[in-house]
Amino acid sequence: MDNSRRTFLKIAGIAAAGLTAAPAVTSLASSASPSKGGKVVRNPEALTAKHWGMVIDTRKLTTSADLEPIIEACHRIHNVPTFEDDLMMPQLPCRMAETESLKQSCEKVNEKIPKISSDKKRHEIKWIWEEEFHNLFPDQLNPYLTEHLEHLPFLTLCNHCANPSCVQACPTKATFQREDGIVLMDFHRCIGCRFCMAACPYGSRSFNFRDPRQGLKEINTAFPTRMKGVVEKCNFCAERLSKGQMPACVEASNGTILFGDLNDPESEVRKALKENYAVRRQPSLGTEPSVYYIL
Amino acid sequence: MKNKGLIIAGLVVFFIIALTPWWWNLVTGTKAKAPEPKLTAKAEAAKNCVESKDFMKKEHMQLLDQWREEVVRQERRTYVNTEGKSFDMSLTNTCLDCHSNKAEFCDSCHNYTSVRPYCFDCHNIPKEAN
Repeated sequence: MDNSRRTFLKIAGIAAAGLTAAPAVTSLASSASPSKGGKVVRNPEALTAKHWGMVIDTRKLTTSADLEPIIEACHRIHNVPTFEDDLMMPQLPCRMAETESLKQSCEKVNEKIPKISSDKKRHEIKWIWEEEFHNLFPDQLNPYLTEHLEHLPFLTLCNHCANPSCVQACPTKATFQREDGIVLMDFHRCIGCRFCMAACPYGSRSFNFRDPRQGLKEINTAFPTRMKGVVEKCNFCAERLSKGQMPACVEASNGTILFGDLNDPESEVRKALKENYAVRRQPSLGTEPSVYYIL
Repeated sequence: MKNKGLIIAGLVVFFIIALTPWWWNLVTGTKAKAPEPKLTAKAEAAKNCVESKDFMKKEHMQLLDQWREEVVRQERRTYVNTEGKSFDMSLTNTCLDCHSNKAEFCDSCHNYTSVRPYCFDCHNIPKEAN
């Protein structure tokens, strides 16, 4: 008899390998045919461009009251939260509670967490906001600015740079640049490391320190909210462009903000730039912003 | 082999105790109740989801994963199914429009299988949102 322990182990090993490999092979074979589902196509009425750009006419946007409806329109449709009070301690995420009784006790705990009403800006989320000249153009070294520019409120948003430093900094490719120049965030992939915030020289990104749904009075169901722990910013209304609509701020601005293809000499934006003196934010940094300000 | 009897007896006792829950179910015939997701009237009337019921049952997660990749990163937002019907690729506005009873439909299976997708941390549930 050559039925030694050695041959037994050999046979047992081969059998075990076969048993474990069989289901893996069959599942591989079945997943190799993804053509079971349908196709995905681009919306035919989507607006397209080689490189999207924006021109903001600051001559027509002279007061904070002019900017307000524009900011409001953007923040409302994108579920950008406003926190009225600042929290000393974070609230528990009661939405995740599995049963109703757990949820209720979770909410009871939340009620006991002390709230303070101090610095509202600490957890501020902003996609488009108001800023003064010195913050917008810090390398304009003239200390004696004209009275007009000194007090002019500027509309500020993500510049959707042609050479975005945030995209280079992101370790997970959660922020990326589309072929049409739009710098987008994929919230599914964001791990909240905030490298992009450090890399962005314009402060265009906000971090969700708190559950954004706590700061929303009304939720626009057409657009998702974000979760705690992800970075967010303006998306040039990519979701509206894909439906053939202009960005919300452009629509709310009554023609004071122009939006179009910077690569097309016949586009509205290029025509406006041909006729007017316009500046970009911190051009010396080499990020090539796609937002122009007519002064 | 020394103490052959003792070892075998010990093993038998061990397996009987370790597998008690299994024996118990086998003997008493009890089974964990599989959930029966409830359809809304709208979903019932539509008969088919974006794909066949069988496909959706097995592969809705792959489908949704594909949707999120295509919508966010590839800018393709229309899904044409195998029958040629077009759908807007949106979890909130397409899926939950029909399956508006998230607790009875989505959650019943997710809880049963102990799957906790975090989709709804961001994607609104129309009924709960307003």
